[in-house]
Amino acid sequence: METLEQLKARLETAIPNAKIEIVPNPSPVNQPSLLLDTESARAIAHFLRDDPQLRLDYCSNVTGVDWLKAGYLEAVYHLYSVALKHGPVILRMRTGNRADRVYLPSLTPVWRSCEFQEREVYDLYGIVFQGHPDLRRILMWDEFVDYPMRKDYVEPDDYEYDPTPHDDALEKARKHYPQAPAPLQTEAAQ
Amino acid sequence: MIDASLRQEMARQGVVTTTVQELYNWGRKNSVWPLQFGLACCAIEMIAASMARFDIARFGAEVFRPSPRQADLMIVAGTVTKKMAPQVVRLYNQMPEPKYIIAMGACAISGGPFRAGYNVLKGIDRYLPVDVHIPGCPPRPEALLEALMALQKKIDAQPLTGPDRPRHLDANAPGEYLVPECGEHDLVPSSNSQLWQPPVLVRGE
Amino acid sequence: MIAIDNDTEVKQELLEVSMGPHHPSTHGVFRMNVLLDGETVVKLKPVFGYLHRNHEKIAETNSYLASIPYTDRLDYICAMTNNWAYTLSVEKLAGIAVPPRAEYIRVIVSELTRLINHSCLAGFLLQDMGALGTPLMYAFREREKILDLFEALTGSRMMHNFMRFGGCRCDLPPGWVDGAKTIVAHFGPFLDEFEALLTGNEILRARTEGVGVLSGALAVSAGVTGPMLRASGVNYDIRKVDAYGAYGKFAFRVPLGQRGDVFDRYMVRILEMRESLKILEQALRELPDGPVIDPKAKLRNLRPKPGEAYGRIESPKGELGFYLISDGGPTPYRFRVRPPSLINVTILEDLCLGHSVADVVVILGSVDIVLGEVDR
Repeated sequence: METLEQLKARLETAIPNAKIEIVPNPSPVNQPSLLLDTESARAIAHFLRDDPQLRLDYCSNVTGVDWLKAGYLEAVYHLYSVALKHGPVILRMRTGNRADRVYLPSLTPVWRSCEFQEREVYDLYGIVFQGHPDLRRILMWDEFVDYPMRKDYVEPDDYEYDPTPHDDALEKARKHYPQAPAPLQTEAAQ
Repeated sequence: MIDASLRQEMARQGVVTTTVQELYNWGRKNSVWPLQFGLACCAIEMIAASMARFDIARFGAEVFRPSPRQADLMIVAGTVTKKMAPQVVRLYNQMPEPKYIIAMGACAISGGPFRAGYNVLKGIDRYLPVDVHIPGCPPRPEALLEALMALQKKIDAQPLTGPDRPRHLDANAPGEYLVPECGEHDLVPSSNSQLWQPPVLVRGE
Repeated sequence: MIAIDNDTEVKQELLEVSMGPHHPSTHGVFRMNVLLDGETVVKLKPVFGYLHRNHEKIAETNSYLASIPYTDRLDYICAMTNNWAYTLSVEKLAGIAVPPRAEYIRVIVSELTRLINHSCLAGFLLQDMGALGTPLMYAFREREKILDLFEALTGSRMMHNFMRFGGCRCDLPPGWVDGAKTIVAHFGPFLDEFEALLTGNEILRARTEGVGVLSGALAVSAGVTGPMLRASGVNYDIRKVDAYGAYGKFAFRVPLGQRGDVFDRYMVRILEMRESLKILEQALRELPDGPVIDPKAKLRNLRPKPGEAYGRIESPKGELGFYLISDGGPTPYRFRVRPPSLINVTILEDLCLGHSVADVVVILGSVDIVLGEVDR
């Protein structure tokens, strides 16, 4: 299979307005990814699926990532080819911010396997995929309002103690049990 | 109570004596029908307990009923999540008395390894009265059989009259338990305060 | 409302039924909202999340080593393959090498797990069809023998927690290889007995042939993997494509189906069990000596350099992958499980449309889902 630089060059000639960046991956596994812009993502996806040299017909994994410090949410797609048995080609798309500009184009019309996975990213991260046929919560119940996998999610205060408390659980217990009880008197001390 | 030697003499002559309570409880404890209700990994060990090697049929409990209307025992096997908790309580309410619960596995007792999860209910005893707890992750099928035997001992000891009598013989006992609702952030209410209070911490500083 | 008058038309309504989350089919807390026209399915929406146990969020506060027992509980019938997928991903992320003996042991326990999974699936599928318990008894009998081996090796029947980054936790106890060889020798006749009872059975054939047909093109587009994909005629087995671990050294075939119906999925799994037996025979014969893990391997406080990795294996259910993002700290920044069961369920509606309610249960049984993996 061709390298990511060659792929990027071909994509830029095929889709003229595409703004693609290569995101390097310093780990030993050699899986760098392509950062796409939201306007041309659908066209790029169609190209990757239909190009006879690539035939990336199988979208294996859709992941949501919350980059709290950088201030955006991200969706990562891992693509493989069943026909030509190569891969992975990794795509990334980033939202504008984490509050109101959380829209990304859905790639479900290109690969059907994104359907449930994009719903899960919406449910747990809050990224709204435009063009998804049925975007609603999938793992949490419908009345739930938070996005639990975000880094700044605060869990509900639903347990007051822990049998073997670590630091956070000890803090929580101190809030509910402010008075430390008197130490037990042994018979020898009395 | 009848004198033991008199009992033995009569038994030698072919006359069996017992009390109504013993007979009643003997019949009940040896045909406890569980509800076919596996939630997670512990369900596989529960199924293994009903298979040929461990054989729960010896205890009269092989008939796993899918319908709660026909079951006596609910083995909560696996993690109860907040999304599933209303369903579990509703199923328990639909079971006719006398009914029992075994909380199988660490997740059903207290949330288990997933205690820190936002969607995990930290123990089914927050909403339902549990009779026997089995620790383990997952507990071996032998542990489930031990729990069943402990439940049988408990049923055997239940008197028919008096203040300790079980719920199904007491007209004032609650028939149904509170079904929680899925709220915006958590279950509403987060536990049934009549059934469960957070335990008292006694710890020296 | 049905009027008895001959001139008036019979009014019909579509009936919405919620099948689950508590139902007699033993696949866990899975719910399907089915819209029925009489007995025919018009619409089907799966609802899950009833076992969403927050593996991904908990893993963000756990060290890499502490997440290994949690992976056991994803697809709880196949704990060994879950461990392998995770340790493979971490080894890719951190660049850790695995000694050959450990690779062979990993292959052996994974293929034994595949035997457990496929035989239990055949038992559960037949139970859904009405053979209440008997094929499942046979399958669980074989499972108990294999679980005895796993207990001797790891100490636990189900949640093995066996693999580590760079190898396995401990070496095989004495006599284990002979025990495994005995099981492999007896599994072939067991499969013959199992098939003699089931494969030619007319009820099985009538209920599974032509039911739930999945075309190869839809399967690939929907991301379906594993025996379900191969039953639709698509030749994609990650053991052959990626040749991870020691799989490149073994000779085995990949069974493919022709029509993609429930019967093909059942038969592909039976044939895969026979191929697993071949792999096991070769691996047990050629098991090399040596260490099972590098003694200086860093397990506790492993801090891989910042980066990301996606590692995948062919688990008995399909492609199980782990996508890990490391920020240089002791805990992963993002821990993502690519669940084969969830993605295989994407096309459940397409498979069930036009079939009757009874077929829905059979089709769901053939998809082979485990809710621990679907919901994580």
